Amino acid sequence: MRPHSATPFWRSERVPQAAAQVLFIVIVALVAGFLYSNLVHALHRKGLSAGFGFLSLEAGFRIGETPIPYDPGDSYGRAFLVGVLNTLRVTGVGILLATLLGLVAGVARLSPNWLIRQITAAYVELIRNTPLLVQLVFWYYAVIFKMPPIQKSLSLGGVLLISQRGVALPSLSVTPAFYPWLGVLMLGTITAWLLWRVRQRYQDATGRPGYAWLLAIGIWVLLVAVGWGVLGHPLVWERPRIVGPTYEGGAVLTPEFAALLVGLVVYTGAFIAEVVRGGILSVRKGQIEAARALGLREGQILRLIILPQALRVIIPPLTSQYLNLAKNSSLAIAVGFPDLFSVGKTIFNQTGQPVPAVALVMGSYLVMSLFTSLLMNIYNRRVRFLEK
Amino acid sequence: MAVSRTLEPPQVRMGPGEWVRKNLLSPWYNALLTIAGLWFLYEVGRGLAVWALTQARWDVITHNIRLFLVGQFPPDQVQRVWLGLLLSSLLFGLSGGLWSGTMRQFAHALGLAFFVLAFLPASWVTRGWLIGNLAAILLGYGVGAWGRGSPRCGRALRYATIGGWLLFFLVLILLLSGFSGSRVLPRVEASLWGGLLLTFLLSLVSIILSFPLGVLLALGRRSVLPIVRLFSILYIELIRGVPLVTVLFMADIMLPLFLPEGLRIDRIVRAMAGFTLFSAAYVAENVRGGLQAIPEGQIEAARALGLNGLQTTLLIVLPQALRLVVPANVGQFISLFKDTSLVAIMGLLELLGIGKAVLANPAYMGLQREVYLFVAVVYGVFSYAMSYASRRLEIALGVGER
Repeated sequence: MRPHSATPFWRSERVPQAAAQVLFIVIVALVAGFLYSNLVHALHRKGLSAGFGFLSLEAGFRIGETPIPYDPGDSYGRAFLVGVLNTLRVTGVGILLATLLGLVAGVARLSPNWLIRQITAAYVELIRNTPLLVQLVFWYYAVIFKMPPIQKSLSLGGVLLISQRGVALPSLSVTPAFYPWLGVLMLGTITAWLLWRVRQRYQDATGRPGYAWLLAIGIWVLLVAVGWGVLGHPLVWERPRIVGPTYEGGAVLTPEFAALLVGLVVYTGAFIAEVVRGGILSVRKGQIEAARALGLREGQILRLIILPQALRVIIPPLTSQYLNLAKNSSLAIAVGFPDLFSVGKTIFNQTGQPVPAVALVMGSYLVMSLFTSLLMNIYNRRVRFLEK
Repeated sequence: MAVSRTLEPPQVRMGPGEWVRKNLLSPWYNALLTIAGLWFLYEVGRGLAVWALTQARWDVITHNIRLFLVGQFPPDQVQRVWLGLLLSSLLFGLSGGLWSGTMRQFAHALGLAFFVLAFLPASWVTRGWLIGNLAAILLGYGVGAWGRGSPRCGRALRYATIGGWLLFFLVLILLLSGFSGSRVLPRVEASLWGGLLLTFLLSLVSIILSFPLGVLLALGRRSVLPIVRLFSILYIELIRGVPLVTVLFMADIMLPLFLPEGLRIDRIVRAMAGFTLFSAAYVAENVRGGLQAIPEGQIEAARALGLNGLQTTLLIVLPQALRLVVPANVGQFISLFKDTSLVAIMGLLELLGIGKAVLANPAYMGLQREVYLFVAVVYGVFSYAMSYASRRLEIALGVGER
């Protein structure tokens, strides 16, 4: 008689697991194969290929807004690049402004002033409960389109001009004196930094006030102002003017860009406000009381106690808001702004190539999303709470 | 023995004058803020009131109200929509009578809404349906309240109501689409569904389908099988990395290519597929959060009791995890509801799409403010109601307390 045998091999936990995985792969492969063969047949029937060769062909369509030189004679590839740059432009500016708006609204929701609290709460609720797309078409068709014609532009102090043709802002332009002045600016910054360090060390060492910030900012402003005066105006404000049917000078935002930007900023700002509010509320009251007991001033409490702790809570959801803004910018097509989705769709309409068009558009968004989350993860690691 | 008593904190009674001073006027910059706020409210309120009462042409809404509500659903078949609404009113009434809390408030609100709507100028047929709906709510409420009183019937009635809700969605779809060749319920092509009706159908179908798919994906992402895990992670991250419009775009132009030759699906069904695939990834991430919150001890205890893997998941882990993620998922479904407006970009005629179509009519040129404001208000009312319900549900479920 054989000695008691070991457990049969199929009773080992690994075997059913491996079998399940093989089964899973087979099912996925079968489904994928079925879909793929249908796709190949359908493409064949329509005489389409799945390659990217068409990207070098002549695009032949106009794009309303081009950050880089482009004309219809250029290739599809370049047209798509214009779309990508437009998306990046609106996303970059949008993130900056939405953060500012969200910060102000988030703090205002915690204001001791009852009225201000109610107004911001109404803003947040109103914006969060209506679809972004409806807001965008509202901004475009019901606000900007209803602005007066360009000759009767609304003027905010003669600086900002608003009309049906868009928004015109003053812009800074550079004179020959700019580059020497830039040198002065750098010199001032270095001096200010050195002074700040010396005074801060003095304060740390002796406990007497070193007035580090005051002195550093003072010397910086002094140097930069003296440089400005001596060198003559290195930068000049250029105000927009109305010349015939267009704006001249300054920076002009097209109606499409303005509507998209305002829509995205107002929408994302409401979400960021909630994130900021949650972050500030997450700092325990005892922390603030302890800081007061130690004699810190209100500004110091905000800067040294509340912000560092709130940021840790704020950063992860803020990241997803930034990503949402980038993804939501794809709604640009509803207001006719030529972003990457809109250009991708035009390319599809012209070439009839579904596979590469979808791959290009989705691939670009994926790369943007992954890149943004990478950056924010790095920043998040820096502000994270170091547990002992 | 002396009993030590904690003194209550002194009651601070604030007079209205003191309240105003404390909340609005001090320190000095708060007084400035209050003045600025009041000025802002005055300007906005006055501008809005003057426009809405004297300049706005609301006839664009009232003349097209049928389009906004049901789109191009054949007018002679519109009683089918009313019938569907009647069924839901009955179920809302029953639920309101059987359960207290949120459901009851909803039944009250719905009844009140029908009551008010019945006073609006409308045809007598419409008014009749509205009153019928009110009656259905009252009937359901009465039956439910009676069932609540008797323990035996109450239980059966509760199960019947839950079953009724589950069956309702199927019945609704059949009722609306009908059967080809039938004389009682002739077929109504999905391409004729529109307006608020389409908005509701798109969100309902996508919500119901994306939930099980999302749970499966979440379980896949937590699976011990590396290949299943990898597949789930790839799917979830891929979908979450791209905007919804691109998923809808893909569903619109690629889905027909993936299907065998000769099989054609309607654009509305394609849109539903796109929403389902998209929403499933977000549901999966919510559910994963819930799964991760279940302590390891629960699973070990289940194992020790002799439950196998499937039983552990179905009976121990999922019921607890799903309860935890109800609020997050309701949030996801609210945003799905708002996102159905994106099919207007595909050219479908849901609420926003109908708005655009109405504005294309030369008779209503330049009335963008009225139309888009109306669309926004309709969306706002429903999504506010849903988020209110979700907050109540959160309290009722005791999330974060147990």
